[in-house]
Amino acid sequence: MKKTKGFTLTRRAFAYPYVLFLLLFVVVPLVLILLNAFWVDGALSLDNFVEFFSDVTGLKVLENSLIIGFATTLLCLLIGYPTAYFLSKYHASSKVYVLLFILPTWVNFLIRTLSTKAIFLALGIELGMGTVVFGMVYNYLPYMILPLHTAISGIDKSLIEASHDLGANNLETFVKTILPLSWTGILSGITMVFIPSVSTFAISELLSNRQIFLFGDSIQTKFSQNMYGVGSVMSLVMLLLVVLFNLLVNRAGGNDDDVSRSML
Amino acid sequence: MKKTNDTSKIIEIKNVNKYFGAKPAVNNVSFSIKKGEFITLLGPSGCGKTTTLRMIAGFEKPTDGQILFNGEDITTVPPYRRNLNTVFQKYALFPHLDVFNNVAFGLKNKLIENGTKQKGDKTYQLYRKLTKAEISQKVERALKMVDLEDYGYRSVDSLSGGQQQRVAIARALVNEPEVLLLDEPLGALDLKMRKDMQLELKAMHKNLGITFVYVTHDQEEALTMSDRIIIMKNGVIQQIGTPKQVYDEPANAFVADFIGESNIFSGTMKSDFCVNFINHDFECVDKGFKRNEPIDVIIRPEDWVCVAKDDEKAQLQVKVSSCVFKGDHFLSTVNTVDEEENEIQIRDNIPKTEGDVVGLYVRPFDIQVMHKERIINTVEGEMVDDGVVEFCNGKFQCNTDLPIGTKVKVSIDFDDVVVHDDEEDGIIGATVVSSIYKGSYYQCIVRTDEYFDFFVDTEDDWLVGDRVGISVAQDKLIIEVLPDEED
Repeated sequence: MKKTKGFTLTRRAFAYPYVLFLLLFVVVPLVLILLNAFWVDGALSLDNFVEFFSDVTGLKVLENSLIIGFATTLLCLLIGYPTAYFLSKYHASSKVYVLLFILPTWVNFLIRTLSTKAIFLALGIELGMGTVVFGMVYNYLPYMILPLHTAISGIDKSLIEASHDLGANNLETFVKTILPLSWTGILSGITMVFIPSVSTFAISELLSNRQIFLFGDSIQTKFSQNMYGVGSVMSLVMLLLVVLFNLLVNRAGGNDDDVSRSML
Repeated sequence: MKKTNDTSKIIEIKNVNKYFGAKPAVNNVSFSIKKGEFITLLGPSGCGKTTTLRMIAGFEKPTDGQILFNGEDITTVPPYRRNLNTVFQKYALFPHLDVFNNVAFGLKNKLIENGTKQKGDKTYQLYRKLTKAEISQKVERALKMVDLEDYGYRSVDSLSGGQQQRVAIARALVNEPEVLLLDEPLGALDLKMRKDMQLELKAMHKNLGITFVYVTHDQEEALTMSDRIIIMKNGVIQQIGTPKQVYDEPANAFVADFIGESNIFSGTMKSDFCVNFINHDFECVDKGFKRNEPIDVIIRPEDWVCVAKDDEKAQLQVKVSSCVFKGDHFLSTVNTVDEEENEIQIRDNIPKTEGDVVGLYVRPFDIQVMHKERIINTVEGEMVDDGVVEFCNGKFQCNTDLPIGTKVKVSIDFDDVVVHDDEEDGIIGATVVSSIYKGSYYQCIVRTDEYFDFFVDTEDDWLVGDRVGISVAQDKLIIEVLPDEED
């Protein structure tokens, strides 16, 4: 029998294009970032790290990013939870209402942000931290509502009845039953809002008239000024923050497989 | 008359109605439950039994009517302030809590009296929460009662159906409710497990001495466990009685058909103590009916006695058409030897050969005679055209020359209503709500979209819940002018 050598079309072959894509656009850039960060003038060095961590304005930008990230996430959760809760309570079967909340994401985010800016300017509202947070919440709210809505409408109604039956009033039922049962939704919502909002750029630039620089903007500037070393260090810091955050959220989700899978 | 002691009634339902939209789910239901009783709400699905239970639990509010608990009106009291607990159909255990915390859920919400406080001339009742030690002691005791002592730390998902069922019971009973509500709690268990749980529940009821309100569609379960059974159909109570009463003296053909096996025949009451059905006169113990009143007769399969065909006791001769061994008895189907060939079910211990002719007799007290619910369909309508009458939103051709606009009463015999398989073939659309075999034909009830029930005698067994069409032949409509209402 003749042994066929070389390429055979198996099911595994369908994964090759993506593997190639991953290599080219994820692995290679990561290696380049590491190289840029640690390789200074032909030798291993921590100079770039020293330069970044001794620069007060750079750290200030990082702080700004984190503050805006937390504020955006918190506001999205505070607005999104009641919205998702009442949507699933009164319109559980109707997808139309959910669609209304998702609809803004169908418009390109740059156009949305520019329009928001135009509205602020027309109303004579001064651009600053407030307007940036507003723009962030407006952009990322749907990503909070959607997982929450899915989680809350998935709660078996008889569990809520059982809670009432066992003497828990509406508030106690919410705290002891609905909240813990929608925990996975809360965690995915937080992840889906926090990570893009700390690393985003453009929204802050547009909505603060370039007064507020976020980490994302800062990285972009460094690279455009050919400061690859420091830019790479900042990218690494951001990457580390995201990984750290994911670990924290995973721990909060306990050993729930669904959560970990949706996070990573 | 027997004097009723009001303090012995723990729950009273007074003229309760519940509508979901225009659809009545529970229709003018009234009954009371005695303290310590095991009472069962029994009926086919959609009969309103679960809705009734949910109104007692507080998950649904009656459209009108009153629910009293120990004499107090609790109609609008929220479920968390009612001193009763529910075992849910699919257990409804909290997936985010382990077994211990599921059972402890109610105890953690509970406030107990903790002395009084004097302030000025007023005395205030003080309350406190249960301590951790108290909760843990009660939970352990409840888990022990359902044989799950060592399962406290387990997650509820890791338990089998039967174990989840026990946790659900422990979770309800640990709160020491005055009334335990059970909504088809054994529905998800397999047959063997069900039988065991039936006995265990019965034993628990006996030991605890609290009131059980049980909902089921399984008549055997109801007969085994209950002190009293409430049989419902289409939101209306059909009969309330002990298992023996509802079995031996069913109030109507529906109850007889639903509880156990029965032979149901249409007949006429010739005179006191004499009833005619399947073309024979039988001696019976019933009296007080009108002469020649059409009635329904019910005879349980085990009440027919089979003898030789020339035995002097034989009241009628029948031909055996089938005989099936059922483990502890034979179930035979026989037909009368006349042109009607009425079908009769017999249950006894004698094997019979197909095609044999045997004699049958029935003792007078085993014949249950009942008034018919209705003997003719009557509905109000209006003449809308020459020879066209409209009722139930359908226009029917008829043989009458009454002027347009006349209000009329339309009567249609049971066997003149024609049921069509295809809704489009009929003049009005309707849903089949029941079908009962009466020896040689089926009596169906079909309900129009306006909730008018047509009684239909038909050769075919229509599937309950099916959409059908109804029509009536032109010459079968009996039309009378409605007398003008005079003020």
